[in-house]
Amino acid sequence: MISAHDNKAPADPAVIKEQILGKYPPKVARKRAKQILINEALENETPEITANVRTIPGIITMRGCTYAGCKGVIMGPTRDIVNITHGPIGCGFYSWLTRRNQTDATAPDAENYMTYCFSTDMQDKDIIFGGEKKLEAAIQEAYDIFHPKGIAIFATCPVGLIGDDIHAVATKMRNKLGDCNVFAFSCEGYKGVSQSAGHHIANNQVFRHLVGLNDEVKPGEYKINLLGEYNIGGDGFEIDRILKKCGITNIATFSGNSNYDQFASAHTADLNAVMCHRSINYVADMLEVKYGIPWVKINFIGAEATAKSLRKVAKYFVDPVLTERVEAVVAEEMPAVAEVAKDVRPRTEGKTAMLFVGGSRAHHYQELFKELGMKTISAGYEFAHRDDYEGRHVLPGLKVDADSRNIEEIQVSADETRYNPRKSEADMEALQASGLDFKQYEGMIPDMENNTVVIDDLNQYEAEKMVELMKPDIFCAGIKEKFSIQKLGIPMKQLHSYDSGGPYAGFRGAVNFYNEIDRLVNSKVWGYLKAPWQENPELSATYVWE
Amino acid sequence: MRKIAIYGKGGIGKSTTTQNTVAGLAEMGKKIMVVGCDPKADSTRLLLGGLAQKSVLDTLREEGEDIELENIRRGGYGGTWCVESGGPEPGVGCAGRGIITSINMLESLGAYEECEGLDYAFYDVLGDVVCGGFAMPIRDGKAEEIYIVCSGEMMAMYAANNICKGIRKYAESGKVRLGGLICNSRNVDNEAEMIKALAEKIGTQMIYFVPRDNDVQRAEINRKTVIEWNSDAPQAHHYRALAKAIDENKEFVIPNPLQIEELEQLLLDFGLLAA
Repeated sequence: MISAHDNKAPADPAVIKEQILGKYPPKVARKRAKQILINEALENETPEITANVRTIPGIITMRGCTYAGCKGVIMGPTRDIVNITHGPIGCGFYSWLTRRNQTDATAPDAENYMTYCFSTDMQDKDIIFGGEKKLEAAIQEAYDIFHPKGIAIFATCPVGLIGDDIHAVATKMRNKLGDCNVFAFSCEGYKGVSQSAGHHIANNQVFRHLVGLNDEVKPGEYKINLLGEYNIGGDGFEIDRILKKCGITNIATFSGNSNYDQFASAHTADLNAVMCHRSINYVADMLEVKYGIPWVKINFIGAEATAKSLRKVAKYFVDPVLTERVEAVVAEEMPAVAEVAKDVRPRTEGKTAMLFVGGSRAHHYQELFKELGMKTISAGYEFAHRDDYEGRHVLPGLKVDADSRNIEEIQVSADETRYNPRKSEADMEALQASGLDFKQYEGMIPDMENNTVVIDDLNQYEAEKMVELMKPDIFCAGIKEKFSIQKLGIPMKQLHSYDSGGPYAGFRGAVNFYNEIDRLVNSKVWGYLKAPWQENPELSATYVWE
Repeated sequence: MRKIAIYGKGGIGKSTTTQNTVAGLAEMGKKIMVVGCDPKADSTRLLLGGLAQKSVLDTLREEGEDIELENIRRGGYGGTWCVESGGPEPGVGCAGRGIITSINMLESLGAYEECEGLDYAFYDVLGDVVCGGFAMPIRDGKAEEIYIVCSGEMMAMYAANNICKGIRKYAESGKVRLGGLICNSRNVDNEAEMIKALAEKIGTQMIYFVPRDNDVQRAEINRKTVIEWNSDAPQAHHYRALAKAIDENKEFVIPNPLQIEELEQLLLDFGLLAA
């Protein structure tokens, strides 16, 4: 029986890896071995991991599909675009309000369609005779009822199989409606190896059809875009509060609490602050090439990380007024955080965590655990690529396989009239020399301790085995993992939807997280629970291959 | 009831051969249903005396789920039942899915039930088996006998061989067997010998050699099978003979498709022989 409070015997990670792989057939074991890495500090480089490759059939993966990544993750949090799922009803229904993206639609003229579920509800006959007419009718119907600024169409698997030309339908309806931007995403679920493909497809179309449509200069100073922040549990609200307090103007968030106009105006910002590198770096790169806006990697998860990120932004604008204001805000916000940390730490110090989530979250949340004195003993991403593990320096050497080639890579060039490098080359160099890294992300692995275990695309079996072997005090992943982990007697925290908690970003978010983790790791409730069959087994058996 | 599917390269004469053969079987007193599995819905024209038939999928689309058997099948020459699966316009939707849906619909409406007293069900399937939907008639419990219409032309033989690969796949897991090749002559040199040799290599027989005769076209212009149009024409006797051969056929095999090199060699051997 596993208990979170058994004696900790942090076994040799090499033995752990061996034990996990031991259950697999040789070919599967060989493949998985490359995605399970024991972290070690190498002289000049980061150990190499295999990532962004197909999940081996038969393995119960934690990953989602391309449609989920496109419609759910990137486009889901925008309130005033009508998102129509073109497909059988299940895809639309089960992606309806399942991510806890919050949005502020309190403004008098604010439109909010996030609470609606739009689908073409394809039937057998639409599959056979094609669904384009039905899609057209759905767009018209949505337009007639809501008159939205934008309508987005999302392709599900069957649409790709029967070859409905959703882009032609979008163009036709955009021209017909005149005052409604209709655009489509070929985000069929089977494309790519994970939801990551959906992020890329979403990035491309947002850049192609939305960014740059509104040249109006917005009021405010120190204009930034916040890229890769999805306002789960109100994270974006907390970050916006802090930015506002510092006097930093957030032109567009991609895409938490966002609206149509934010995307359309994104090219008027002067800096892109990239939070989730995996899901949005494509847009950051394209904004730089086309409009001359540099990007920096930031992280608002963790109080220290928040302070650090604010200072990074201040440094970029080279203005003592901003620097001073940022320092004042940090000084004002930190005591409340420190107070809770002081209370909580005696109970959390030395405890261990496992994080298997997202394409950035497994990295970002290690900051918060560090602030609690907790060690992340194992972590991994669901859908990240090698650069998110090892840092962007691996990018030139990345092999482009057939699965990545399947996803469109759009080439942009400097805009003829609107390209405007925000800093001179000399200024950029000076900033770089002073320690501000542009276009740089070091990845998760360098931030993890030696002998920790990094696992890409963790699966059900490995999750249970890792809990059994390493006995963490808390396990963080998503809803699919939640209950199987709790049944093992270990507290589980969802870091996709935050269960019903949050925000966990920024200063106030850190306080929420400290209290939540304190509550979870010091509750013995899951360890006490035993199923009847664990106490009195009625039947025992072994697998034939054992 | 014997359930037969006719496959073969596009344009080889599947529908024509099927309907003329069915007319022969009908003449023998057999009760037959012909199911056209082609989105063009032109597999029963000769038996019905015209194309007017409303397809299963059209009916399904217009009437919803509330369909009677009588809405989708019509009586044709010699008491045959004619059904057209139908399908989407070229370039849209999924014709394969359409065939699956309409065959399922026929089954659920009881078209194959004992009480219908059918001796034969014929499936006339579109040219190449391009996707799973077109393989539907040879899948579990549907057609159990396959005849491939071919000629001595290379592409027709190539298609026949390819179809054998599909049959083999489903034969190994089910009851479907190959009954033979029907040579629909194009007046190629050494044609009968070549198709006989091909059949032998595949492990089957050339069940009949249908000579080329323009009476077939003349009957078609009149929207009739040859038997109905001119019962005494020599070609009518050929189709009767083919019907008889199929009716008496006992040779059902799992085909052994050829490697491309073998097929090329066969063409070379018989082509050179002629030269």
